[in-house]
Amino acid sequence: MHLAYPAVLAVLLFCTGLYGVLARRNAILVLMSVELMLNAVNLNLVAFDVWLRDALHAGQALTLFTIAIAAAEIGIGLAIVLMVHRNRGTSDIDKLRDNAETHDAETAGHDGTPGAGRTAGSGATAGPDEKAEAAA
Amino acid sequence: MTTTTLAVLVPLLPFLGALAGLLLGRTAPGFVRPLAVLPTLAALVLAVLVAVRQGGGKAIDAATQLTPTGSVPIDLALHLDGFAVLTAVLVGVVASCVQLYSTGYLRDDPRYTSYAALVSLFTSAMLLVVYSGDLMVLLVGWEIMGICSYFLVGHYWETPEARAASLKAFLVTKLGDVPFLIGLFALAADAGTFRITGVLGAVATGGIDHPTLVALLLLAGVAGKSAQFPLHTWLPDAMAGPTPVSALIHAATMVAAGVYFVARLLPVFAASAAAMTVLAVMAAVTMVGSGLAALAQDDIKRVLAYSTIGQLGYMSGALAVGDRGAAVFHLLSHGAFKALLFLAAGVIIHAAGTNSLATMSRMRGLAARIPDAYWTMTVALLALAAIPPFAGFFSKEAVLVAAEHTALGDRTVAPAGAGWIVLVSGLLTALLTAAYATRLWLLAFRGRGTEAPEHGRQPLVMNAVLWVLAVPSLAFGLAVGVLGDWFDGHALTPTVTTAVLGTGIALVGGLVTYATWRHTIAMAPRHPMGAVAAHPQADPAVSEAAAIATHTHAYGDAGPSPDRHPSPIGLAEPSTAPDPADPARLLLGPLHRHAAAGFHLDAVYSALFVRPVRAAASLVGFLDREVVETYVRGAGSGTELLGRAVRRAQTGNVQTYLSALLAGSVVLAIAAVLVAAGA
Amino acid sequence: MTLAAGHGFLSPTGVEIAFLLVGIVTLGAAVITVTTKQLVHAALWLVVALGGLAVEYLLLTAEFIAWVQVLIYVGSVVVLLLFGLMLTRAPIGRSPDADSGNRPAALAVAVAAAAALIWVVIDAFRATWIDLDGPAQGSTKVSGAILFRHWVLPFEALSVLLLAALVGAIVLSRRDREREGGN
Repeated sequence: MHLAYPAVLAVLLFCTGLYGVLARRNAILVLMSVELMLNAVNLNLVAFDVWLRDALHAGQALTLFTIAIAAAEIGIGLAIVLMVHRNRGTSDIDKLRDNAETHDAETAGHDGTPGAGRTAGSGATAGPDEKAEAAA
Repeated sequence: MTTTTLAVLVPLLPFLGALAGLLLGRTAPGFVRPLAVLPTLAALVLAVLVAVRQGGGKAIDAATQLTPTGSVPIDLALHLDGFAVLTAVLVGVVASCVQLYSTGYLRDDPRYTSYAALVSLFTSAMLLVVYSGDLMVLLVGWEIMGICSYFLVGHYWETPEARAASLKAFLVTKLGDVPFLIGLFALAADAGTFRITGVLGAVATGGIDHPTLVALLLLAGVAGKSAQFPLHTWLPDAMAGPTPVSALIHAATMVAAGVYFVARLLPVFAASAAAMTVLAVMAAVTMVGSGLAALAQDDIKRVLAYSTIGQLGYMSGALAVGDRGAAVFHLLSHGAFKALLFLAAGVIIHAAGTNSLATMSRMRGLAARIPDAYWTMTVALLALAAIPPFAGFFSKEAVLVAAEHTALGDRTVAPAGAGWIVLVSGLLTALLTAAYATRLWLLAFRGRGTEAPEHGRQPLVMNAVLWVLAVPSLAFGLAVGVLGDWFDGHALTPTVTTAVLGTGIALVGGLVTYATWRHTIAMAPRHPMGAVAAHPQADPAVSEAAAIATHTHAYGDAGPSPDRHPSPIGLAEPSTAPDPADPARLLLGPLHRHAAAGFHLDAVYSALFVRPVRAAASLVGFLDREVVETYVRGAGSGTELLGRAVRRAQTGNVQTYLSALLAGSVVLAIAAVLVAAGA
Repeated sequence: MTLAAGHGFLSPTGVEIAFLLVGIVTLGAAVITVTTKQLVHAALWLVVALGGLAVEYLLLTAEFIAWVQVLIYVGSVVVLLLFGLMLTRAPIGRSPDADSGNRPAALAVAVAAAAALIWVVIDAFRATWIDLDGPAQGSTKVSGAILFRHWVLPFEALSVLLLAALVGAIVLSRRDREREGGN
């Protein structure tokens, strides 16, 4: 069998998973896409192991380890998603934007006019409100 | 003790006195006066001893090397010849007199401690210059004198005049000292040593490659220190210092250091005819110009300052015709009578409560109030005007004789042209000197008007010092017969021609001034002007400081130079008309206005140097503010704008970050593959 | 490690045809998994994709891995994912907001990555032939022998990792009693 077939299939599966990771909104769907990527790698490992006729069968052993680690990963990942969902009421990734540069920081940090303090103050009070809305 | 040990002690004692005075000044105020006077007196005694032992014989040389200093060695060397030992005696006499006088003059001054220590330090430095046999060691003393002069001129630093004058004195002399230092290095590089004996030996064997260059560089330093044209402008302003300081530093000793230096190294200068001619022209311009300026001054101390410049011009003239014996002879006699003139002027200023001659001329009976100052001043002025048999007559005649011999070709050390220049300008200056001496005496002591203010007796010590100094002013000229042996060996006695010519011209000057004064004095009561500013019972130094501070306000710009009021040249004329009772106004005619302002040299310097430098500074300031700072500000705001753009990318969406990261990875991977494929 | 000297792309063997067909199914299922609007369907399509991969393993004579794939992925992981979907109250039926606004960028990155990788892989392995003849290289016997002879230490370390993951998952998903009481 041509080695190119499993290799190309692995590439395509990997890129499909990549697309899923980047494009999906729900955290559990992202986890599924990660599984796809891992499987693509596994296919590569097995194919090359068979082709090389490795005496230690390192490729197959590593595949087994990858599967085990993927299982552990999915467990931890799901636990995290559940916890986020419990705390925030959502598992949408693009709503988890606590790290974003907010407009408040910009006005407070930039100009030193007397109005800036008031703007920053109102922004600071608005921040927790938004979080409360998100949690509801 | 050997002569060398004595000679080492001479500069060392005042130095130790200065140190001890500074250290003990606060804790033990009682020691300050003895510490100021006694080391100087001891130095004087030792200097006299050294002079007696040296006896005008062969020069004594001693040297020790503290540490190797590379290719051109620097030694702690003494070079004691007739010039050195006699000049040291003069320095010792004047310094002792000034220290004694200061104990009375500055008796209540809060800064007397530092003042006395600085005067001691100055004395030590001057003695070092006089005795030193090594040019580098000489330079050390030279610069210490400069800094002491700076501090002492600024003694009344509360007045802006004193502050400006001290800075000006320092900067102008340093302006000369820079070429002086370069000249010293050039000389040492040519001669291979800093020792004066070594340098003179190299000159004798023709070992100096660039005599003209070296001589002209050294002349710049000499002109700065000895207040010769064109670097003389600091000396009249330096009169803002206390009178004893003016007497010691700015009349008798420090300003003579330049002349003394040239006298020591005269063969170096004589090796270049061009340098001798430059020196002669410099001396001539200085003499005549300062004579005219002295005639027009209103401040008594400024008259004396310009007179000092003129007499230093005589010494330079003597050097320009290659006769250092005459130069040092005039240095010695001038040191004595000029110190006396200044110290007596200090008494007069205290008694009159003003330093303005115009005010004194409206004051009756000043001479009767201060008989000691009156008589000693008369003696000193006669000496200044070179009336026989006073000291100034003999020394000035020695200069004129040397000039005449050079002009007529009897002496071949210097070009004949230099001799003619010095002779003619010297005779002209003799006329002017007699004129301003007469004017000073008439205006100060023959005033008509209200009674001079009553005041307490002058301190005894001050009057005693005046009489001590009057002795050499009277009688030093009689030593003319023996002095020649102490110096270069040729006679310094006057010849009939120059004696008759010089004395006649001096008498003419004095009589013309007297006649003019008779004419103008009648106007004095009709033009009252000025006021006595200082309280007559105050400490002399306080009176003087007050007089300096109020002079400009009370009398306009007639006396002081216009640089105290930084104004364009067109506005530099006196704001009030000069005193019509002044005989100089009639004598000088339209020249008076310019002479009073020192021929506007300060304004010329201001236009030539100060304003271009200020314009350049403001240009640099503008460039810094508008150009350099724009770049700095641009760097700051550019970074800020970039930061604001970058923070827009911080959406908080992890998927966006990841997309960018992976896109970057893909681009990198493709690039790597392309490179690997050789595409 | 034999070069595909006499094996052109235009003369596929039976195994290759089977591999291609199953591969197309697997890829299609994977694409549907990442594009479908129905969340539960995505999980079910993932089962198809993972199962297809198990068949591919079988075709590559790695039979033990194939069974492990079926057991662990299809058996447990997907079930876990389904539980996760339910616990997060994922909507049943079409949800219009399954994809984020990042789609075009994601598509561009994925296509570019795929193009680059396929180009490289084809360029490198277009003439490489896998010799599948002889004894199965991934039989349970062979796998067990190498796993417990050569890889036993990593295997044990992996068990510790699994334990840690287990504990972590429990700790994370446990409801905090105090906070519960506080709220």
